[in-house]
Amino acid sequence: MILVYIEVRDGKVKKSSLETLSEGKRRADELGLDTAAVLVGHGLKGLDSGIFPYGASKVYLLENALLSHYSPSGFAAALAVLVQEAGPEIILFSATSMGKDLAPRLAARLGVSLASDCTGTAVVEGKLEVKRPIYAGKAFVTFRLAASPQLVTLRPNVFSLLEPSEAAGETLIKEVVIPEDDVKDVVSEVAREEGAALDVTEAEIVVSGGRGLKGPENFDLLKDLSALLPHSAVGASRSAVDAGWIDHQHQVGQTGKTVSPNLYLAVGLSGAIQHLAGMSSSKYIVAVNKDADAPIFKVADFGVVGDLFQIVPYLKEELKKVLAE
Amino acid sequence: MNIFVCVKRVPDTESKIRIDHSSNRIIEEGLNFVLSPYDEYAVEEALRIRESEGGKVTVFSVGPDVALATLKKALAMGADEAVLIKDVLPEAYDGLRVAKIFARVFEQKYPEFDLLLFGKQAMGSDNAQVPAMVAELLGLPQVNVVTKLEIEGNSATAHREIEGASEIVTLPLPAVLSAQKGLNEPRYETLKGIMMAKRKEIPVISLADLGFGADELSPQMDLVKMESPPPREAGQVIEVEPEEAARKLVDFLHNEAKVI
Repeated sequence: MILVYIEVRDGKVKKSSLETLSEGKRRADELGLDTAAVLVGHGLKGLDSGIFPYGASKVYLLENALLSHYSPSGFAAALAVLVQEAGPEIILFSATSMGKDLAPRLAARLGVSLASDCTGTAVVEGKLEVKRPIYAGKAFVTFRLAASPQLVTLRPNVFSLLEPSEAAGETLIKEVVIPEDDVKDVVSEVAREEGAALDVTEAEIVVSGGRGLKGPENFDLLKDLSALLPHSAVGASRSAVDAGWIDHQHQVGQTGKTVSPNLYLAVGLSGAIQHLAGMSSSKYIVAVNKDADAPIFKVADFGVVGDLFQIVPYLKEELKKVLAE
Repeated sequence: MNIFVCVKRVPDTESKIRIDHSSNRIIEEGLNFVLSPYDEYAVEEALRIRESEGGKVTVFSVGPDVALATLKKALAMGADEAVLIKDVLPEAYDGLRVAKIFARVFEQKYPEFDLLLFGKQAMGSDNAQVPAMVAELLGLPQVNVVTKLEIEGNSATAHREIEGASEIVTLPLPAVLSAQKGLNEPRYETLKGIMMAKRKEIPVISLADLGFGADELSPQMDLVKMESPPPREAGQVIEVEPEEAARKLVDFLHNEAKVI
């Protein structure tokens, strides 16, 4: 069985979990395995129906009143109970904030290694192989996991969703018993960042700025562009973040986040090596920069040499026209 | 407050990574190695807690002899003690292996601590695994990717960065916490600190001292291949009037890339 952990945020199943399930289903078909999904929490009933269309033939709902809020130690303890019972060969997580926090805890509990933040999977000679970036994407490694179960987290926004099917499956609600002592790191509150609906790692379009913006106020230009573009978020270079122009949450690159959106629009951003590492797996890269020799143009699919302060206002108008069509 | 910080020696972020395909390893020659940037935030946080709460800061690293330089850097920043756990295996990208070593060190040799700090991930392996694994192996609560930390008596309140928000967790000590950028601004070493670090004796623990058998720490991840990222080819670059440039750019996005 391939077991896929499904993350619930604000009472909803995360899209990246469904991407992970879709990829799990593709590999399970090649390996001749079943695909199951697992949710952990309290009051999960009803969330199963949105999961079956993406390839799960079984959905486990692990219920415990202690787990109504996220706790890495508590959630790992609950998952370990199911793993003992169901004996999956492979367990997949999406490498979200929660997945990156929870999967290693479970791995250690099971005594197995973990391949983190993978961007590719394949079945070779009947075995699962996973590929992951190292050095923030300056190199890639391909692994086979020797231990069982094989634990893997998959990078969000990389794997395609299956075409939803009509298939239904079986829902198994389990009251898991976990020692209260195992639950000491419960999230008590979630403080939302104002105006940041979408994280750069989750966005389909990232509008990113660097030193060329010349000051914090000019990030408004990018925020305006982002407001026009659906599923987009504002990114930034390290130098813009270190200058205090925008919060670190937005930083893309080796000391920030690694992103792979459909479109990366780099504005006034030269493309230092540690920045390129964090975004060069984007499907399309487009750059506006006044320096024709900026390294960003070496990776851009389309580049405009010119003054961003003159170009961006026209860009906004042109985008509006196209989006209105 | 007895504070432990686990650190790693890594190539700096400006490094160009070259691969030796015969051994499936990166070529270390010519690389500049540093204290992993996120670990610097962890060391800084430990020093600040010591300054406000009193106590002692000890840094630990698993690695070859050259990792002593990384520990010296943390000592020069102001840490009180440092310990090297000598491990000559080249980077295996296997977090569990390193977590098992740290967990054994703390169980057997250094069981008394209130806080166990890490960087949120080591630069390079980019696993973000070891803190949570050590927490689990030691049966401790964890908060990873911490951007704000307050200690009050025997408990800590940490803000943890998630997608577009922060999770707030209050947990009892001892606990495992990992530092994210934004937690603080790491200090520079002082000349006095550098001189002190030079003179400081750093005890070295071997894996045999920890009672590990020959096979017990074999990596469980078989490295099949290491490769460079697929090269991106530069596309067209235009230099025309702003209005025309904007029109052509949007035309590319809409008609060629079809991303809007």
